[in-house]
Amino acid sequence: MLNRRTTEMMVFTFFRGCAVLVVLALIVLVGYILTGGLERLSIEFLTEMPRRANTQGGILPAIVGTFYLMLIVLAISVPIGVMSAIYLQEYESSSVMGRVFRLAVYNLAGVPSIVYGLLGLGIFVAYLGLGFSLISAGLTLSIMTLPLMITSAREAIAAVPSTVREASYALGATKWQTIWHQVLPYALPGIFTGIILSVSRAAGETAPLMLTGVAMSLQRLPDSFFDSFMALPYHVFYMATQSSDLLATRPIQYATALVLLLLVLGMNLIAIVLRKRYRDKYRW
Amino acid sequence: MAFKIKREGRRKLRKNKHLPPQEKLIQLALFLATWSSVAALAAVFGELLLGAFPAFTSIDIIDFFTGTVWNPSHPMYPLYGILPLFVGTLMVSFGAALIAIPIGLGCSIWLAELASPRVKAIFKPAIEVLAGIPSVIFGFFALVILSEWIAAVFDPVTKLNALNGAIMLAVMMVPIMVTVAEDAMNAVPRSLREASLALGATKWETIRHVVVPASISGVMAAIVLAFGRAVGETMTVLMATGNATLLHFDMLRSVQTMTAAIAIDFGEVEFGSEHYHVLFLVGLVLFVITFLINFLAVWITKRFKEDY
Repeated sequence: MLNRRTTEMMVFTFFRGCAVLVVLALIVLVGYILTGGLERLSIEFLTEMPRRANTQGGILPAIVGTFYLMLIVLAISVPIGVMSAIYLQEYESSSVMGRVFRLAVYNLAGVPSIVYGLLGLGIFVAYLGLGFSLISAGLTLSIMTLPLMITSAREAIAAVPSTVREASYALGATKWQTIWHQVLPYALPGIFTGIILSVSRAAGETAPLMLTGVAMSLQRLPDSFFDSFMALPYHVFYMATQSSDLLATRPIQYATALVLLLLVLGMNLIAIVLRKRYRDKYRW
Repeated sequence: MAFKIKREGRRKLRKNKHLPPQEKLIQLALFLATWSSVAALAAVFGELLLGAFPAFTSIDIIDFFTGTVWNPSHPMYPLYGILPLFVGTLMVSFGAALIAIPIGLGCSIWLAELASPRVKAIFKPAIEVLAGIPSVIFGFFALVILSEWIAAVFDPVTKLNALNGAIMLAVMMVPIMVTVAEDAMNAVPRSLREASLALGATKWETIRHVVVPASISGVMAAIVLAFGRAVGETMTVLMATGNATLLHFDMLRSVQTMTAAIAIDFGEVEFGSEHYHVLFLVGLVLFVITFLINFLAVWITKRFKEDY
């Protein structure tokens, strides 16, 4: 049999290999998209309308569409998410209701994104009559990101120690004054991290859009929330699988993927840095 | 005992009995916002049931669950057998799990037990970044690059195949697993490791006989959660696996998963047709499966949890 030390060395080499492999996968993936996309990427590509069935020109409508979707998610998912988190963390006193809420949030987080697409199609597009539009897709994405939003905001609020609250009560502050002036300011960086992560998740999501009305090609920007729209992630999918000449448009596919990747990774990096600084600043 | 009294006190603080009226209003608003998440879950389930309901009467439900042919767009005799899609989902997810479990566990053990803080400061953000990459990018990579590599090595029947999807899904599963499993290992108190080392065990023996058993609930929950994510993933498998709807068990041939079937078929389906409702039924099956997987993860965490 092998010596104990040799076994240990071999196993630890395997573990290190696993970790290196994961980081290598990230480097290879980002590297390929980066090198493939950079040659086509230019200011015109970002600011022009697509021409000739997307085979020429830029991807401006897709960028703007994704931007609008992010705005809708910000406007809907953030207030509801933060308010629910405050309620669950600071007000909820019955353990039964607390458990019901927790289970609902937990299970919502596990529902596949395509199922949210079915929900959006059934309720927003058909039942509420919003049609295949920006608002239907935005509402669908908002519901999809709600659990992530609630969980991260809740964690941020829970991290504020109860001594802060007790000190505030002792000085005669009411419950809401305590939350507004003491708890939320401390929790804010953590909540922001959660907001950025949720919105970037919504920006990269494709499947729900396919059921709620994303357009393959538009020569114009959406002029209302009830208009049809293009979106970056769907544009990557459409160009890579269904465009008229797959090989000839490959540079466009790479460049669109790169724009999406930079957008999402940029937001993720901001969130990671923000969280790190916040953790270093407050050590309770 | 002292701990219990403190908790009682905290609960009393939360009881909010004598709030001024405007504070009651705020509380009401927050309460309503919270209900929206429960309402959303109810809406998802209700909508799936409503959408799938007409399918229960128009097609034979036993045929749906046992049928081996998925050919919904046949003009005269459409066949709605979910088995090819179900097997496709299982092949891709289990294949991904087989690859991701050893790598993910190795990676979490290395991060939690062996890596120096400086190396960790690079690796952990890298894994978080990997978790944040949109699925359509993974799908694009699988479609354009990974499929070529697989074609060069294995000489597969179809260029886009189950293996392609499984490898790509494995890359997506690892970050989810690592975050949860590493947290669980970090929660194991140092004193346990020190006791083991003091008894003469090597570091690896300590990990194997102390750290892993002590964190087993978290590690298993991590695996189950990552698997659930793989089952529900749409874009990656849609772009990677080629979407042939035949029933087979060959990893080197094309398959279609349940998620991909919903995404693709809705492009051509007529609103309110039989096919439309059957797709909602597929969505319902998917919802129930992921619900059960989530439930399993919660149960494991509770059942095997060790408190320190």
